[in-house]
Amino acid sequence: MGSAPASDHAPAPSYPAPSYPTGAPSYVADTVRTAAKILVVGHFAVGKTTFVGTLSEITPLRTEEPLSQAGAHVDDLAGVPDKTTTTVAMDFGRLTLSESLVLYLFGAPGQKRFAQLWTDMLQGALGAVILADTRRLDQSFDVMGLLEEYGMPYAVAVNQFDGAPLFPEEEVREALDLLPETPLVTCDARDAASSTKALIALVEYLQTRPIPDDASAAPSQES
Amino acid sequence: MTPARRREQGLVRAYVVTDGRAHPTRNTLDIVTLVNAVTSRPLTGLSPEKRGVMELCRGGALSVAEVAGHLGLPISVVKVLISDLIDSGHIFARAAVPKAQLPDVQLLQEVLDGLRARL
Ligand SMILES: Nc1nc2c(ncn2[C@@H]2O[C@H](COP(=O)(O)OP(=O)(O)O)[C@@H](O)[C@H]2O)c(=O)[nH]1
Ligand SMILES: [Mg+2]
Repeated sequence: MGSAPASDHAPAPSYPAPSYPTGAPSYVADTVRTAAKILVVGHFAVGKTTFVGTLSEITPLRTEEPLSQAGAHVDDLAGVPDKTTTTVAMDFGRLTLSESLVLYLFGAPGQKRFAQLWTDMLQGALGAVILADTRRLDQSFDVMGLLEEYGMPYAVAVNQFDGAPLFPEEEVREALDLLPETPLVTCDARDAASSTKALIALVEYLQTRPIPDDASAAPSQES
Repeated sequence: MTPARRREQGLVRAYVVTDGRAHPTRNTLDIVTLVNAVTSRPLTGLSPEKRGVMELCRGGALSVAEVAGHLGLPISVVKVLISDLIDSGHIFARAAVPKAQLPDVQLLQEVLDGLRARL
């Protein structure tokens, strides 16, 4: 790839002859019929980019989304200097799960003012993994509240940083005020098996939930 | 550790509703909708941005989000470009499995099987 890596933590690029700054596109197999998505959310520096990069089979991509300035956002942005250049970054990667199924992982911060980005990410998502850091669990509250508002099911994965204190699961559950059924796992976002297990914990939990009538699980596709 | 959280109801729903009203759009593309270029369509009259989408999507299918990532454009912009290109017959959406034909239970099981196979 040579220049402008899609993320600080992208795996070594594997594409020849890039004609895009992001490297030559890796196309989805012709046999794929369904694209699902799972969100990877959490506060700054909690490991979202790392998690997506660890699991993605393509070099992770990043987009910068301008903050919407319409409607309810105007008030919100009034105090933001240089509002025209305010953007939020989203990292995403792809995993081929079978001949006919790909899974996209979207990593983005959870903040209320990124409403349009949230709507785009949440629509049709299966669920979310909230990455958390025991040194600042309170910073996870915003994103938890946001997902709950949207009715988006989530699992919490405590990213065990070097030097971060270990807490008994019960203490973490209590501090985060988790529902008894909400999965809580520890993970190392730098490790593929560990990160995969966090996704598995989420999906196993999703399987135990009643199926909503207007299931938002399968992404709606055009035509 | 940090002080315990109190579960609270926010104002996000209002944001979403307001935002929806502020942007009534024909654009119903999901960010993971897979799109391909219709290679037989002439590119005459297309803007440089739309040509960029067409060139990228000639080689195979990509999600709307990937198109945005490769082109260095916001997803919000790319959704509009692709919507237009679908309307003009330049792009078609692929991997269209209507929800009803692929129940959640089945999709979740397929996702789970695929993830477990990676361990
Ligand atoms: N020890 C440890 N460090 C991690 C882990 N995940 C991420 N990091 C490091 O934490 C920093 C922030 O991670 P990043 O993925 O950029 O966080 P983001 O802001 O949520 O995208 C980076 O230096 C990572 O290398 C983890 O599981 N364990
Ligand atoms: Mg990041």
